[in-house]
Parts: sequence; C-alpha cells; structure tokens
Amino acid sequence: MSVLIRGNPGDTHLMMGNEAIVRGALEAGISVAAGYPGTPSSEIIETLARLSPNTDPDNYPDIYTEWSVNEKVALEVAAAASFAGLRSLAVMKQPGVNVAADFLMHLALSGVRAGMVLIVADDPGALSSINEGETRLYAKLMEIPMLEPGNFQEAKDMTCWAFELSERLNMPVLVRTVTRLSHASGSVTLGTLTIPDRRAFFRFDGEVLDPMEGPIMTPPVEIKHRSQLAKLDQAAEIFEGSIFNTYEGPEAPELLIITTSICDLYSREVVNLYDLGNRVGILKLGTTWPLPSRTVLERLKTTRKVLFIEEVQPFIEEAVKVLFAGSDMVGQGMAGSGEAGSGTPGSGTAGSGMARPGIAFYGKLSRHIPMAGEMNPERITRALETILDLAPGLNGGYPVGQAETLPIPPREISFCPGCPHRASFFSINMVLALDNRRGFTCGDIGCYSMGMLPGGFSTLKTLHSMGSGSGLASGFGKLGRFGMNQPVVAVCGDSTFFHSAMPPLVNAIHNKSAFTLVILDNSGTAMTGFQPHPGLPVDTIGNQVPSIDIEKVCRAMGALTRTCDPFDLETTQQYLLDCINDPEGVKVLILKQACALSPQKRHTRSFEVKVDKELCIGDACGCNRICTRIFSCPGLIWDGESLRAEINEVLCVGCGVCASICPSNAIVLKEI
Amino acid sequence: MVNLLHDPYNLIITGVGGQGNVISSRMIGNMLAAKGFKVTIGETFGASQRGGSVMSHVRISSKATLSPQIPVHRAHMVVSLEPMETLRVLEDYGNQDICVICNTRPTHPIGVISGRLDYPSMAEMEGRIRELSRQSWFFDATSMATRIGDPIFANIIMAGALAATGDLPLERSLFEKNLKSKFSPDKVTLNLKAFDQGYAMI
Repeated sequence: MSVLIRGNPGDTHLMMGNEAIVRGALEAGISVAAGYPGTPSSEIIETLARLSPNTDPDNYPDIYTEWSVNEKVALEVAAAASFAGLRSLAVMKQPGVNVAADFLMHLALSGVRAGMVLIVADDPGALSSINEGETRLYAKLMEIPMLEPGNFQEAKDMTCWAFELSERLNMPVLVRTVTRLSHASGSVTLGTLTIPDRRAFFRFDGEVLDPMEGPIMTPPVEIKHRSQLAKLDQAAEIFEGSIFNTYEGPEAPELLIITTSICDLYSREVVNLYDLGNRVGILKLGTTWPLPSRTVLERLKTTRKVLFIEEVQPFIEEAVKVLFAGSDMVGQGMAGSGEAGSGTPGSGTAGSGMARPGIAFYGKLSRHIPMAGEMNPERITRALETILDLAPGLNGGYPVGQAETLPIPPREISFCPGCPHRASFFSINMVLALDNRRGFTCGDIGCYSMGMLPGGFSTLKTLHSMGSGSGLASGFGKLGRFGMNQPVVAVCGDSTFFHSAMPPLVNAIHNKSAFTLVILDNSGTAMTGFQPHPGLPVDTIGNQVPSIDIEKVCRAMGALTRTCDPFDLETTQQYLLDCINDPEGVKVLILKQACALSPQKRHTRSFEVKVDKELCIGDACGCNRICTRIFSCPGLIWDGESLRAEINEVLCVGCGVCASICPSNAIVLKEI
Repeated sequence: MVNLLHDPYNLIITGVGGQGNVISSRMIGNMLAAKGFKVTIGETFGASQRGGSVMSHVRISSKATLSPQIPVHRAHMVVSLEPMETLRVLEDYGNQDICVICNTRPTHPIGVISGRLDYPSMAEMEGRIRELSRQSWFFDATSMATRIGDPIFANIIMAGALAATGDLPLERSLFEKNLKSKFSPDKVTLNLKAFDQGYAMI
C-alpha cells in the first residue's frame, strides 16, 4: 500500500488495476474522491481512504475521500470540488452510472472546471453482478470523452492524463475499466506525485457563458450543447495523436484486429500463441469515444478483413462500420449496397457485379464472437480459426477421450457460516410457508441477493436493482383490489436502505400500500468489504460522525417498526407473523446482527458447538435432516457413515443458530 | 534473471472462497516481480467468493505482460487448496504435462451438505488427478495448518511445497524478506514454519 505514496518515480511495482488507478489519480494531484461501493470498483475509494491524512498526517496527501450514500451523490460531491477548482474523482460500478446518469447528463452539458474524472468499472460476464451492463454507451449518450485502459500501466497513465484532458475541454472524462483489469495485477512503472495548491473557491460572478468564472448550469441549452459538441470534436482531434492508440503487426495485415481494454491482452496472447504475427495486426484503441477517425481509417485502408474484439456490446464495431460507410473508401452508389460492412465471412470484393475494394467485418454482429458473456482467449481463437481457416484443436490438452474427469458437484455460492442472512431467510421462508397464502419476497442488492439460491432457501422471487425490492413491493401491495391476497415481503440491506430504498418506502406509506419491509441490518456494506454507510457512527476514514438511525427514520415516516435479532428465530418468526397477518399498511422489521466476517466479529465465537451423538438419531428422527438438508450451513456436515450430523470445526463460527432448529436438541452449545 | 522452465509459466492457485487464494497469489507474484519477472495475476473476488470456487491465474514471463486469463489447457502447475477444485481446474486447464500440488481436505459444497449431491471419495479423486497429471503431490495442508495455529496457513504450506518443486525461483530468503515487510515478528515465525513444513512435503 505504501508504494502508492512512497514509491519513487521510475520504480516498477506489481499493482492491482484498481491500485494503478489510485496511483494515477495521486499523480494527477486529486483533492476529492467520492464513490459508492460496488464490485469491481470498491478498492479505489477504499485504498484512498486508507491513505487518508487521518492515518499519518505527515506522509499522506490531504485528500477528502467519501463513501457517498449513492452514486449520484458521489458524482455531485466530486463535481462540487471541480467547480471550486480542485481536481476530483468519482468512482462506481456500472449500475451506479444508471443511478448517476441524470446528474451526469446535466454535468456534461454544464461543463466542469478543475479536472474531473469518472471511473466506472464494468463487469463483463457478471462475475460479481446480476447484469453485464455496458458503460461505454453512456459516453456516446452523454456526449463526453472516454478512455479505456488496456493494461495495468495504462490504468495509471490514462487516469492521470484524463485530468489534463478534462481541464483542456472543461468536461468530465469517463475512464472505463473492467473486472479483469481492476482485480488483476501487473507491473506498473511509477510517475511523479503532484501536490497541488488545494485552495477551494467557487467563482460565479462572471458572464453566464464564461466556463471558468460564471455560474455553472445547463441553460441556455442550445448554445451550451453546441459548445459541448465542439469540445467533443476537439477531443477527437486530441485523440488522433494519442499514445494510447497503438498498432502492432505487418504494414498490410491479412486480418486487422481492432480491440480495446483488457481484450488487447487476450488478442496479443492468441496471436503469439498461434504465431500469427506476420498475418494479423492489432489496432488497440485507448481513446474510444469519440473515435479518432483518421487513425482508424488509415488502418482500414491496409486490410481486407477486420475482426472486432471487445466486451460486451459491439460498441466500437458499430462505430467503425458507421465511420467506414461514411468514408471515401466506399465509392458513390456503393454505400449500404454491397457486402462491405456486412460481415459476410470470407468475402473481400463487391457482389454487385462491379469489382471494388471492400472490407469484410467480423465480430459480434457477424456472430463470430458471442454477443453475451466476457471475452477470453478461446473466443478469439475460435473466431480466428474460422476467419483464417486455421486447423482447429490447437488448444492441446489431453488426448481425445481421456479428459473426462469424475462427475463433480457444482459449488453454489451461499451464505458464510454464521451469516445472519441464513437465519433471516430461514425465518421468512418458514413464516410464509406456515401462512400458506403463497406469500413471496422481493429481493434487493447485497450478499442477501443469494437468497434466490438454494443456500438461501430460494426465498427471493424478484431481483433487480438497488432499492427495487421495496419499489416492487409498494406496487404489489396495491393489488389487493384486483384480488391479490398473497402476503408481500421485501428485503433490503442497511446500506441499500439509505442508497435507494427510502423513496419507495415513502411512496408505499403515502399511497397506503400494504407490505412488510425486512431490513437485514448487518452493520456495514458487507458484500463489498464493510464500507461504512450513514447508519454507522464512523465515516469513510474512521472519524466519529453522527449516525442516522434506521428504526427512527422508518417510524418518522409512519411505518409500524420493530427490531430484533435474527439469531432469535422464535421472536423473529413471531414478529414476521404479526406483520404479514396485518392486511393494512407498511410494516418494517429490522433484523439486526453484524455480518460474520465483519471486523468486530471475525475470529470471535459465541459458542462452542457440538453434536451429541446420542441425541442425534439421524434419519430415524423424522426431522428429515433439517440441519443439513434444509438449513445447510457450511459449518454442518452430514456424516454418511454414522448417519448423523456433525460440526465442521474448521468452518463453524459458533453462532449457535443451528441448535435452535434441531427438534431433538442434539446440537449442544457451550458458551465461550 | 534465471531462465524459466516455461516462458510464460502458467500457475493456477485454486480453492474455495475464504481459503486465502488472493494472499497466496499476491505473495508468490510479489516474490517473482521482485526478481524482475513480468507477473500478471488474474483473479476475481466479490460475491464469487462466498463459498464458491475461486481460481487465481499467476503468469510469469521474462518478456511480456500477459493476459489475466490462461488459455485453456495451458497451465503448467495447479496448486489446489481443495481436492475437488483440482479436478475442476484440470478439466479446463489441464494437459499431459501438468503438475499438481493438492490439499486433501475437502470443503463440501452446499449441494453436498444438503444431501442433493455426492462428494467423490478422496481415493477416486486422487486416482483421477494422478491420471490427469504428469506429477502430483497430496497432503492434508489444513490439518498441518491447524496445528500451526490457523487453517489459513494452508496457503503458505502450499506455497512452500511449490517452492520445493523448483519450478519457480521462490527462495526461502525471498519469502522471509517479503513477510518481514508485512507482518509482525511472531507472525513471520509462524509463516516460515508453515513454509518449511510445506517445503518438506515435496
């Protein structure tokens, strides 16, 4: 970590992509950074928080770092710093841009002052998300410049340069990273740290249209929009000479790969592995919006076949095809008529009877690359095999027929041993089943999203965006007049409550909807690494701050609110029953118990847990193995030999909940 | 810089979320980066770690920065903290020349705990792993680690075993230096004990 502050210029260090981004921001001399946690972006703000002046005032930069309540507010907090003359960073995962998009659109139009960079981490393949949303289209939609680092060094260098670009254009600049870069590590050679003059002052007395001295707002819209578009043209011009756009390969390649982001490393890997360096060239674009059109067209002129390697949507593929269609490479009367741009495999000439140069475009649109899912070397290999007619099966491995391994069970993700969510979902599930009116639970975003899986008893029946469980429940809760009598439950976490469940709760109370909101309060933004939120008495860097009491907030709104410990199954189930039996209004049940991995709980045990082999009578019990088959905590084992339950002593964290589900009282607790 | 056995050398460290893959891959990566190699570590963390399969791709080269994903069937070594995960990795990344270091302590997935699915026997798994690799080593690193004081040391035991294979220049002195920059003296002693015990298993 200290390398980020103490590393000397010119030194090379192994850094995670997200750390390289942090170093780039420090080299640019940022003063303010704000974000909302979300995999794979969280380490950026987290790292900056650790480097805060609180820890070591003599050695650390004076940066204000904030975990904001949601991404829109984070973007606003960062923009305020820029308006007041300080370089600032906003950080989020892709779905966060959807939340921040309203402000972003206006910010793009109003412009910024000191350099302001928005880092967005996409998650192609949904490795830790419930979508594989694409941020790059926002650059086009919002009309702002975008950079896409292709390796660890560029993650640092581009982040740093993005601030300079932002100041040249007075525009926010988007830097788009992906999981495989943000969470991977590689070599980074350091540059020089900048210690800026950090005096903040917001000027507003100048002319309305003066970007540096006037008020900052979007009207007069048409004039501002024209100026925004002119700045975007200027960005394209700057991009033409950018060192972040590179070409490697023969002067006239048989196939030109156009790629960006981490896909560049996959492309290189495959070209090297199959020794195709004399046939295939790679144009790597780092400045991907607006496209540097001359750079691209010059390369198109040298080849007859182009393959696009990018993730997830065919963003560059479409942009380049549009560029090609409007270029002098397409003769009069040919645009849109021939197969140029059609992606027809193997064709390089026109089909309308007239010989002319054409380009066959391959990629997602031609289905040579799958439209969904993340990129990897194999997808590129398969595309190259088809396009270049390579012998298949270059992958190696085992002789045919010898690679079959044993049938091995999948490893579903689930709640950790001692996780309060397992207990909470066990109770919700139990109560809805007892009620027998086919009640259901609307899910939300957090570790508790796993409530949709068998490990969470498949409790969740809807799962969408942050806060949507409560919004959907608000809607379901109004359907009684149309005959719906199913009890409606929504869950949300403590951090999610503040992020975006409060407005739907207000909506539901005001509109007299009927449902039960269960707030799974585990004392932190647990899934992403225990970032603090407004419900806790500490801020991002550990200072004491006022906390906002969820229970009081809900009461003030007018909801019938109760709190209990989800490990107390009996009380929890009784409260839940009371809630769903009340047909009127919004009820809130706060199930409060800290996450098993939280710093305050980790390595502590409440109980020593043992199975009494005399009392556990296994299959003869009639419990149908409720502890392992239903509750299925990873801390429990069903011993196939003795046909009894057992405790996995390595994994059990001693929460003691399983003891209260065993009908034979065979799980014995000893207080530690 | 010493010559690598293969350039790039592709190492996979696998296990179950929570076993400490990231600690292990970072430590090995740092040791080799300090020797001047270009190291790329590909991994994912987040929800995937909540008891799910995890895998770190550690790629070592004297020439170029490599992609964070090893192409299929191109791994040279699998260091596995969980036996069933070894088989999962071999299916996708194995080849006739691959070597395996395998912790024999199973971690049952939810489907097995709940009785919906069967976990293969260790004898079956070991047999198949032996067939699918050029060379393989098996030992209960979790038990060894628990005796040292914490199951998490299984990581370090595996790293010690990897060092002992001689495939990569992972000297004990380098490991010690790395530890001293991060941990208190008592932790350094325990980690070195784990490293040595792992080293002795090869």
